[in-house]
Parts: sequence; structure tokens; C-alpha cells
Amino acid sequence: MAAKTLTIDGKQVSADESVTILDAATDAGIKIPTLCHLDGVYDVGACRLCLVEVAGISKLLPACTTKVSEGMDIKTDSERLRKYRRMTLELLFAERNHVCAVCVDNGHCELQALAYSQGMDHVRYDYCFPKWEVDNTHTLFGMDHNRCILCTRCVRVCWHIEGAGTKNVSGRGGKARIITDLNQPWGTADTCTKCGKCVMACPTGALFNKGSTVGEMERDRTKLEFIVTAREKKQWIAD
Amino acid sequence: MAQRIIIDPVTRIEGHAKISIFMDDAGNVSDAEFHVVEFRGFEKFCEGRPYSEMPGITPRICGICPVSHLLAAAKAGDAIMAVSIPPAADKLRRLMNLGQLIQSHALSFFHLSAPDFLLGWDTPQAKRNVFGLIASNADLARAGIRLRQFGQEVIQVLGGQKIHPAWAVPGGVRSALTEEGRARIRAWLPEAYATTKTAFDLWKKVLDSHKKEVEIFGNFPSLFMGLVEPDGTWEHHGGKLRFTDSSGSIIADQLDPQKYYEYIGESVQTSSYLKSPYYSPLGFPDGMYRVGPLARLNVAEQMGTPKADVEFKKFKKLGRGRSAVTSSFLYHYARLIEILTSIERVEAYMDDAELLSEDLRADAGINSLRGVGVSEAPRGTLFHDYTVDRDGLLRKVNLIVATGQNNLAMNQTVAQIARHYVRGNTIPEPMLNRVEHGIRCYDPCLSCSTHAIGQMPLHVQLIAPDGTVLHEVARG
Ligand code: SF4
Ligand code: SF4
Ligand code: FES
Ligand SMILES: [Fe+2]
Repeated sequence: MAAKTLTIDGKQVSADESVTILDAATDAGIKIPTLCHLDGVYDVGACRLCLVEVAGISKLLPACTTKVSEGMDIKTDSERLRKYRRMTLELLFAERNHVCAVCVDNGHCELQALAYSQGMDHVRYDYCFPKWEVDNTHTLFGMDHNRCILCTRCVRVCWHIEGAGTKNVSGRGGKARIITDLNQPWGTADTCTKCGKCVMACPTGALFNKGSTVGEMERDRTKLEFIVTAREKKQWIAD
Repeated sequence: MAQRIIIDPVTRIEGHAKISIFMDDAGNVSDAEFHVVEFRGFEKFCEGRPYSEMPGITPRICGICPVSHLLAAAKAGDAIMAVSIPPAADKLRRLMNLGQLIQSHALSFFHLSAPDFLLGWDTPQAKRNVFGLIASNADLARAGIRLRQFGQEVIQVLGGQKIHPAWAVPGGVRSALTEEGRARIRAWLPEAYATTKTAFDLWKKVLDSHKKEVEIFGNFPSLFMGLVEPDGTWEHHGGKLRFTDSSGSIIADQLDPQKYYEYIGESVQTSSYLKSPYYSPLGFPDGMYRVGPLARLNVAEQMGTPKADVEFKKFKKLGRGRSAVTSSFLYHYARLIEILTSIERVEAYMDDAELLSEDLRADAGINSLRGVGVSEAPRGTLFHDYTVDRDGLLRKVNLIVATGQNNLAMNQTVAQIARHYVRGNTIPEPMLNRVEHGIRCYDPCLSCSTHAIGQMPLHVQLIAPDGTVLHEVARG
């Protein structure tokens, strides 16, 4: 448990060597934009929204997967970072079919909120308009691949909090998609316990409670974190 | 040599209405066509989506009547779930539809049509609009704008500030009326009644001075269709369908809207972009029917509210006894009577404690693979017909909108007016204004009909029997 001293946006910070730049910044009250990061599960560095500049290192580093080290001088906001973040967001929008006005997540979506906060007023890339389906076979939940950003939050909660291992990623690049069990309709996936943790974890309108209409998907993600902490600290044992 | 005149107001010039007038060999007007854009693309676009998203998606079809699509979509969803929604939810949806009728009809009467009535047909176009109306009768213009605001307020109190609220959902609605909302609506009522009275007074004068218009603005026999209660009272969101003919006789009654396809056929006209629905037992085109305010009042036996019923009796007299009121110019009158009954019904709801209820939404899975939602939109009966798979994903969507149902009637109206004005191979200026108004009687929901200045951009062509365009006028 060695403590490291570093600077984030000019602010002197001390943090345990085991934590990430994101954790250290959060503790210091500095907000770094994130999308694939979810409190309660490990990070994978999939979305690249949390990129930061570290003095002396030419490439940008993801704050969610980079551990702190002694003397680091970190910038979480700069013209260059803003440019990359906007570009990343635009690519996410161009990759699939996002029509916020009619989306179940409208007004509660993390992707949409980031687009607003990063000043993304238009997309410079051509939209791909891929043909993705909606999987509505599950009795409780639906999955619209058109809105999935492949952050894998659903996969991680499914494996590491629920322990069901239903969700996975198949394919590469533009063909990559979230699958259930052996790439079969979700409703036929035997391993699914119907716990709904993936729906709670999803940052966009890709996973939803069946029957939801525009803007109706409000999620309480603190519940996921609560489950994890409660388990680690055995908080569920009533006294 | 037969010829064709195209008044192309609703052409594909963006936001213009395009009109073709066909001439026969003798040089007389034989027919006319008002071209309307259709919704096929939209229907396709929805395929594959969960039906529960439709109340969010379909209001985007039309910026003018989103509420009508919202309600029809929610109702189609109820049918797919095979639920009967909580009584409070039904009343709340009705309340919103009444707000929609008021705001839409007020826009049609005061902003779009009153300038024609008050300023005269031959007033230059630049002045024959809502600004001209403000200049000549500021009080009336303001009252009309406020009446529309009242209708919008009813919608907002229920659905929130957003332009396209998915407030009505399959199974019911998302939120109830609040005490505060009720107080807001109540406060408008005296003014709304007063404005309606002004409008009726004005209308009486219009009726006296517009005898010719009553004769030639779409005065022809046709069927009429609309929702009615079991006892024949005017309906706007529930009930069953009734058809009457131009003699005023009921030719079919209490038809189940869910099975509209058993008595409504849809003919696709090659020259137009729209499907033309018809009453199928009579075939096409004999089964042509009109929808909207005029039709709803023709099929109804009473309005069901005291003030509106007084006017309704006078309206029925225009049909001279048993026969229906057949002039489309009288859509305006019917619209005013519908505004009045809507205000009365809103008022009655203000004393109904059930509207504050918390039992608002039924929940169910997919219990029917096809669901039809029918509601009376301001412009006429609106059908949303969804076919879904076992998972609730849309496989087929069919929408029948008022403007499509009235399309044939609009054509006949244009032809009738043109017959009175076209001489030789040119489109005379006085005809343009009248044709424009003839279309406006139906209040078609084209983007152009909402232009704030209240003038419809037109593109008219006069066409010879061999297809040659003899004369063409575009103005916008
Ligand atoms: S998932 Fe988010 S960004 Fe995508 S359409 Fe829905 S609200 Fe918009
Ligand atoms: S479904 Fe949602 S949580 Fe899962 S990868 Fe896609 S966006 Fe992320
Ligand atoms: S939050 Fe760090 S890469 Fe997604
Ligand atoms: Fe419309």
C-alpha cells in the first residue's frame, strides 16, 4: 500500500499505487468523461473516452486502465483531448443507428449526455446505416443492436457480478456484436437468470425493459455498485 | 382535343401543393387531382421495431397532428396486448384529443380560413393572411391565437412541454392530471367560450354572404364516415364506425374499427402518391367517403353536449331535412361546433375526480398479433394497423390518414371550382384563390398548410387530354 504523489490538472494528489488515474482523479474531484467504465466491475479500456495526457509520454493513455505512478503530471482537458473525444463520439454515432428522439433512453443516455457535454453538434463521418436487428425474444428484456456501442458493460456484469456468463462478444470490427449463450436468441439462452443487471449496466438504449417507450429507461446503476460492495464487505448479513 | 390544367400547389416543389386540372376534348374541365405525399416510406421504416416504440415514433410523421398519431399508436398497442385500459387512462387520452381538436380547428378557422372570409377572395395574396387579419381585426386574430393556445395548454398539461410526448403508451398513459394542471385548464374556459361565440357570430355572416361558395366548394354526393357512440352520439376516440350516404341514411352502423379491412378497401392510384380508401361494399370509386368534422357531424345524431347541440340542430337544417350536409364549405361550420363540444367536454372533465387517479396503465405481453388503433383526428378518422411477431416486433404497418381518405373529395372539390372559373386554356387568377380555399376546407395536414402567414404555396397545371401542359402557375 505505497502512496504515490502526482499532479492532475495542476493539482497535487496522492493516491495508492494500486489505483488508476481515473480513481485518483475522481477522489480529487476531477471529472474525466467515461463510457465503458462502470463502478463495480473491472475496466477494459474499450471506449477511449477517458484518454488523458501524461507529461513525457507522447501517446494518450486511458485513465480507467492506467495505474498511477510517482511524479506523473496529468492533463485531463486540452484542445487535443477534446478533439479526440469528439471524434470518438462521432464515430460511435456513425457506426450504428442512433435516433435519440424516439429512443427508450432519450434523456437518460450516457452516450447522448457525453455528446452534449463534449459539444458534439454534428457528425463529420458518413453514417454506416448498418442493418441490425432487435432481439425481443426474452420475456422481460429487449436488445437493440442498433444502439449498442460495444462497451461490454453488460458482458462484465453478467460474468462477474451475476456469474451467469450469458453475454459475450462475437465477431470483429464492424461485425462485432453482443451475443447470448451460443449466439442464439436471448429468450432461448438457458444460462440467463433474468436478473436484469445487464439492462441496468447499459449506458445506452441498447438494452431495455420490454414495453418501454421513448425516454422511459431510467436506470439506477448505484445498485450494481451496492451489490459488489455489499458482497465484499458482507453487508447483506443483517445484524 | 382534351386538355389538362395543373394547379400545382401541392407539387413536389417543397411544401407546395400540386394540382392538376384535366380538360376534355370540348375544352371543359373533366377532372382534377390534388397530389398528396403518402406514408409508405414511414410504414417501411417502422418494420422490425418493437410496437411499444410506436407512440414515440409515429408522432414524427406529422408535425401538425402528432397527438392524433400518438393516441392511435397507443390504442393499436392496447389491441396487441388485448387489454382494456384503466378508465382514467381512457378519459385522460380523450382529454388530450379534445385539446388537439380545439387547437387544430382554431388554427384552421382563425389563422388559415378567416382571412379568406373576412378580407375577400380577391384581396391580394400578400394581404390575405393572418397578418392581414391582424391589421383589419386585431381582436379576432388575437382571440383565435389564444383559443389555439388553450388547446395546446390542455395537451401540455398532460403530456409535458416536449413537442412529441410519448405520454400515451400501450395499456394507458404515463401520468395523470394534477390539481395544478386542472386549475390551469379551468382558467381558460370562460375565454374559450367567449371566443367560440365570436366565431359563431362571424360564421353566420359568412354563411349569408357565401351562398355561392356553399354551392360550388365541394358540394356533391358522397358517403360520410365517423365514429359514433352506440346511440349515435358524436364520438372522437371510442365507439364504432358509421357510414351514412348523402340522403342522410345510415348505410352501415356500429362497425368494429378493429376490422376496418372488412369494409374499407384501399385503391392505389397510379397518378397520385396516395392510397385512396373506399367503402368496399360499394366498390371503387362509388364507395368514396369523406371524413373529418363535416362527416362526423353528418353521421352523428347529436353532439351530446347542450351548447353544441343547439348549433348542431341549425347545422343539420342546412341538409334540408333528411339529407346530409354535402357542401365541403360547411366543414368550417362543423369545425366550430366541434370546438364548442370539445370545450364543453373539457369542462365536464374538470369535475371528474377520476382524472387524478393513479391507476393509469395496464400491463400485458403480446396477446394478439394484429392490433388496430382508431381515433378521430381533427381532419378525420385515423387508423394505425400493426402486425407483430410473437416477440412484439412490427412485421407490417398500415396507416390510413384523413388526408388520404379525403383525397378523392378534394379532387372533386377542385374540379367543381375549376369548372366555374376556367374558360379557355388558362388558369384565371380568381380561380387560384378559390381552389386554394376549396382545399383548405378539408384542412389537409401538409407542411404547407401551416405556414404562419397562412397562404398555401400552389403549383397548378392545366392539362390537355394528350397530356400537354396548357398552362402552369406556381406561386408560393
Ligand atoms: S442509445 Fe443514446 S445515443 Fe443512441 S439513440 Fe438512444 S439516446 Fe441516442
Ligand atoms: S448492450 Fe449496452 S452494455 Fe452491452 S455492450 Fe452494448 S452498449 Fe454496452
Ligand atoms: S472509460 Fe476508459 S476506455 Fe472507456
Ligand atoms: Fe397530420
